[in-house]
Amino acid sequence: MSSIRLRSAVCTLGRFPALAGVDLDVEAGEVVLLSGPNGAGKTTLLRLCAGLLPLRSGTAEVLGSDLARDRRAIRRRIALVGHETFCYDDLTVSENARFAARAGGRTADDADAALARVGLEPLAGVAHGRLSQGQRRRLSLALALARDPALLLLDEPHAGLDDRGREALDAVLGAAPAEARTVLVASHEVERTRPLVTREVRLVGGRIAAAEPVGKRES
Amino acid sequence: MSLGRDAVLVAAKDLRIEARSRVALQQIVPFGTVIVILFAFALDADRDLLRRTAPGLFWTAVLLAALLAVGRSAGVEEANRARDGLRLSGLDGAAVFLGKAGAVAVELVVFEVVLGAAVVIMYGVTVHGILVMVCAALAATVGIAAVGTVYAVLAGGLRARETLVPLLVLPAVTPVMLGATRSFEAALGLSAVDGWAWVQLLAAYAVLAVVAGVIGFGPLLEES
Repeated sequence: MSSIRLRSAVCTLGRFPALAGVDLDVEAGEVVLLSGPNGAGKTTLLRLCAGLLPLRSGTAEVLGSDLARDRRAIRRRIALVGHETFCYDDLTVSENARFAARAGGRTADDADAALARVGLEPLAGVAHGRLSQGQRRRLSLALALARDPALLLLDEPHAGLDDRGREALDAVLGAAPAEARTVLVASHEVERTRPLVTREVRLVGGRIAAAEPVGKRES
Repeated sequence: MSLGRDAVLVAAKDLRIEARSRVALQQIVPFGTVIVILFAFALDADRDLLRRTAPGLFWTAVLLAALLAVGRSAGVEEANRARDGLRLSGLDGAAVFLGKAGAVAVELVVFEVVLGAAVVIMYGVTVHGILVMVCAALAATVGIAAVGTVYAVLAGGLRARETLVPLLVLPAVTPVMLGATRSFEAALGLSAVDGWAWVQLLAAYAVLAVVAGVIGFGPLLEES
């Protein structure tokens, strides 16, 4: 079953066609690297799949449902780690994680487990506003994991992470197939990310320039 | 999750943020109290005029404080793009609306109690119909919170949000201002009007505002 199925997907930011007719199939359990230069459309593609940007033309199915029609149902099964954390500065790490988990139909225990997975339990009582940039990135990842999403969308997830954070992130990417989780990760850190993915899709100018299994590339 | 549980989740989140940041306590409540004191100074020479205008002055202060409260409620969703987090959460837009409006209503009720006490002490008014007053205050508060929450999300994301929200909200809550002032006048024995008739108007307005919010908030949140 396809986790993502885009056909002639066009998405505009103002008048600028950030995605100019993308065809993409991502199978369930795949970990796909989106690479490409700045302005290639990587973030737009992730935000489109999350239903945060409207499709100008074409079709988009996510987790087997039409994105335009079933956006809310889809969102309960996906998570996006973006450039911002989506957190509240006055709430603690734990409160932010528990709110995200409960909003996604999960429990406080799921939130606590996600914090442990990224090594943030010691900071559970610290307000988000007092976290460093790297800690915020880890919290953002924990919020996503707390929802146990079937599809995880990661936008430059390595940015701002220290070694411990990068290890936690790599572990999440490595465990995705075993957890039956599909991951779409946009990153400029191609060399670091490539060993952890099953396929690389290169975007240039809002179009797919190349798509090939990483195993094939390495062989 | 049910609509009610989701709404409580959102309301608890907003109230926790307010309790933590203390903006409502340290800014909105003092702001309202300062307004009441300023009116007292301005009209002090005519003690009877101050007493007769107390209901209108009280609700003017409440409306101004409500603008701050709904602005703050929308503002917490702007930092770190928390608004996108809400959209991505999968929560029903109606639940988000009920939660956010509910939290604003709770803050306003606390504000009204403090302000009401200040008005009684400083303006020398006497309450004759406490039940009419409480019912009017609750219905008016729900109406103001609901309308304010809807317009705050409508203006969300715009650079002129802070100035646009008052322009949108104040005309829309004119019936609340009218009904709440008249019913308070009746409750304070300042006029012979039927206070309950105005309470009915306020209740009808509150129901309409909540229904409009339940229907419209979700799409507005998506488009803002």
